[in-house]
Amino acid sequence: MAATAEQSGSGLAIDPMHQFQVQAIVPINIGGIDLSFTNASLWMVIGLGVIALVLLSGPSRLVPGRLQSVGELAYEFISGMMRDILGNSGRAYFPFVFTLFMFVLAANMLGMVPYSFTVTSHIIVTFALAATVFVGATVIGFIKNGPGYLRLFVPSGVPILLLPLLVVIEVISYFTRPISLSVRLFANMMAGHTMLKVFAGFVVGMGVLGGWAPLAMMVALTGLEILVAFLQAYVFAVLTCIYLNDALNMHH
Amino acid sequence: MEADAAKLIGAGLAAIALAGAGVGIGHIFGNYLAGALRNPAAAQSQFPNLLLGFALAEATGLFGLVVALIILFVF
Repeated sequence: MAATAEQSGSGLAIDPMHQFQVQAIVPINIGGIDLSFTNASLWMVIGLGVIALVLLSGPSRLVPGRLQSVGELAYEFISGMMRDILGNSGRAYFPFVFTLFMFVLAANMLGMVPYSFTVTSHIIVTFALAATVFVGATVIGFIKNGPGYLRLFVPSGVPILLLPLLVVIEVISYFTRPISLSVRLFANMMAGHTMLKVFAGFVVGMGVLGGWAPLAMMVALTGLEILVAFLQAYVFAVLTCIYLNDALNMHH
Repeated sequence: MEADAAKLIGAGLAAIALAGAGVGIGHIFGNYLAGALRNPAAAQSQFPNLLLGFALAEATGLFGLVVALIILFVF
């Protein structure tokens, strides 16, 4: 941590925002568009590599080995969650939700490795994922229900006088879905990593004698952050399923 | 007042939003515990809902933190 210490304008010995900088590793520039292979791209590729290692670890055996157990655990976890929320209608969307969950989980967990880069701490990455979910769920809703999908914005059993107000609120809440979905993941990741870096600054700043207290705190916070990393991937998958549920099963 | 000082005060005020997240998370876990002690058999089935509620409540507070960070680093 001390290696990255530098004097920043805000008076902290360690700049907690330095870890989020995107740096080009292989600069590529095609027609004025910056397509560089950056450290963000590198960690996405590493994330895919880790997922492939877990899911494609050799021939699958009847009695699973360690890596195969992890893969089966993840599969069971997501398919059980989708069965609970979507029922049988959601089976076709399992590959998408499972891919989304595994990618976010791998990105979050790799971010906990010291000196690594957290892909999901950038709003553009999480917003791209959330926008895909939002556009996809909306298109599926219109394909399955036709124009009747618009009834989603008209809550049933409300007084006719309140209806204009409620429809406006429902429309706004529908269109803030991708924003809240992406900002939730991004803010959790960025806040957590900034907090860890600030506490790491305390450990360095308080020296050999006083640094033990924040160091113990760091251990606890790292545990919490690993929990949050898993939880946010899970919540991202659950909310994707809930949005898909609105599109697939409109009549309850 | 200097603009820099006002920026810092604004960021601090925006971070107050995290108090709401604290109240919300405490509420969720407290109520889950109360419910789980009354009916331990049903506790396990509601655990995913607990995690979902925790994440949703935490996120609203973090929106405030994002506002604070935007004030500090963007303007």
